[in-house]
Amino acid sequence: MLKFILRRLLETIPVLLVVVTVTFFMLRLAPGGPFDSERKGSAEQEAQLNAYYGLDKPLMVQYFNYVGNLLKGDLGPTFTYANRDTNEIIGMFLPVSLELGIYSLLVALIIGITLGVIASLKPNSWSDYFPSSLAMVGICLPTFVLGPLLILFFSLKLNWFDATGWEYPRDRVLPSLTLGGYYAAYVARLTRGGMLEILTQDFIRTAKAKGASASRVLFKHALRGGLLPVVSFLGPATAGLISGSFVIETVFGIPGLGKQFVTSAFNRDYGLVMGTVLVFATFIILLNMIVDILQVWLNPKLKFK
Amino acid sequence: MEPATTSSFNTERLLEQADQGTSLWKDAWLRMRKNRMAVFSVVVLLVISLTSVFGPFFLTYSYEETNLDRVAQAPSADHWLGTDKLGRDQLSRILYGGRVSLMVGLVATAVSLTIGVLYGTIAGFVGGKLDALMMRIVDIIYALPFTIFVILLMVIAQDAGTAVENWLLQSFGWKTDVASKWNLILLFGAIGAVEWLTMARIVRGQVLSLRKMEFIEACISLGLSRKRIIFRHLIPNVLGPIVVYTTLTIPAVMLLEAFLSFLGLGIQPPRSSWGLLIKEGSEMMEEAPWLLLYPGLLFSLTLFSLNFLGDGLRDALDPKTSKD
Repeated sequence: MLKFILRRLLETIPVLLVVVTVTFFMLRLAPGGPFDSERKGSAEQEAQLNAYYGLDKPLMVQYFNYVGNLLKGDLGPTFTYANRDTNEIIGMFLPVSLELGIYSLLVALIIGITLGVIASLKPNSWSDYFPSSLAMVGICLPTFVLGPLLILFFSLKLNWFDATGWEYPRDRVLPSLTLGGYYAAYVARLTRGGMLEILTQDFIRTAKAKGASASRVLFKHALRGGLLPVVSFLGPATAGLISGSFVIETVFGIPGLGKQFVTSAFNRDYGLVMGTVLVFATFIILLNMIVDILQVWLNPKLKFK
Repeated sequence: MEPATTSSFNTERLLEQADQGTSLWKDAWLRMRKNRMAVFSVVVLLVISLTSVFGPFFLTYSYEETNLDRVAQAPSADHWLGTDKLGRDQLSRILYGGRVSLMVGLVATAVSLTIGVLYGTIAGFVGGKLDALMMRIVDIIYALPFTIFVILLMVIAQDAGTAVENWLLQSFGWKTDVASKWNLILLFGAIGAVEWLTMARIVRGQVLSLRKMEFIEACISLGLSRKRIIFRHLIPNVLGPIVVYTTLTIPAVMLLEAFLSFLGLGIQPPRSSWGLLIKEGSEMMEEAPWLLLYPGLLFSLTLFSLNFLGDGLRDALDPKTSKD
């Protein structure tokens, strides 16, 4: 297993290099630069700025400079914030997004698994139809519809929460529910499917025949296999949570990295765009790796290869 | 079916008998008709698309006609669904937006379908080293944060379109709308380019597993021609999953379009799409909640129907892996 993890870690290096290279050249070859906003300075000022940030050098030189700095852990300058570099900015915004992501993932897993298990215990009965329909509604209500609707109802009509902001613990409720709700719906469907498949298998019947209690059969025997589809969904879910955070952070006015990414892409803030893309890519790749490990650990039929 | 116990073993006759049985599609249609939710979804989708396509011809107000005297008005006899922040008729904008959203859904799905099926079939058929290489590429693209790339691509495309437009205006004096057309085309391409991966995997897996199945071996030992095996036996069996996955790709594509439009990266005003309308609605939901409610409802209803149709088709076409 250690060998497997090591090999997977080594494999992430070329993938991240591809991400860095593609993003770098996509940004640089595109028209428009960081300093040509509406309030245009003189050509002289622009040239000065370009020279200061090394943007006047040949592209390949800039690329190798960037990769070289990256190896030292330096993500370079950002043009949006004066006297701060990208590392600081990311360090400032990442914890907020991370918190939102963790809460949302918890919402997705707790609500999703609970609903899915309930639905699978008595298939085609009301205790199946209700959670299943709820999951279907959840899948068809995208975050950018659900979020504003929740604000409309709970913040503007009922006044239970503030419409925007990220100051108090209660500010976490609506965003996490919105972002997590969508994935809870998926998790519920996957759990139901996985559990139904497991519950009809021989080893479950054997366990019941040997007199194991219903809860022991469920928690000790069935869940481990029934949750396999959910585990393999965690990889795509993380990617989804990250792109979902772009919308959620805009809707709820949360000062997180997702919002920064979209703004910095508009502003051509090269350093910040590259930095955020790298952080997101690393998260997605690492989580996919953890998912692969978990899958083998949960499913004895698979082996680390 | 009765087991074939005839002593005179006549392949042709047997095959004909088999052909006369209910076909896959007839079977599927029979199963599908019983699924009330799926039939209901088809009706809903038909109503929504027909109204979006033909509705605008019967409307008094166009989707881009602004009227600053009646800004953000509530639904009335004159404007059935109210007006938006520039006094444009919301009903007209919703219907026009429906055209755009549905078109993006269909065209981008067609792009991803073409790439995915071709890629998957080639990989599955040729097999060996080429297959390994092609699938490794898919794996790598899968690992990339592709929504992020689509966002970057759209940001860049917007500026590129505007740059071309300005250049045409300044050097030739041509006033064009290159930017918004270009934007639409790029939207198709960008979405189609990321959504083909799963299709390629599904098709390849199907082709690979089918080639090893007994009924294909049986076909070979019965001496059927390669063409007949491929067209009569392989393709119909891959077609099911392709149709099902295509139906499920359409909502995914529409969701991505709406997501991009919501971030201000997709369809640009004065054009409209459901995603854009939801964005505009959520910006003024306190004063004019109907601007958010109707497009949101319609979009969700469409996604709902497409998902149910996809589920229904899966149950009908592939009874082995029904939704349980």
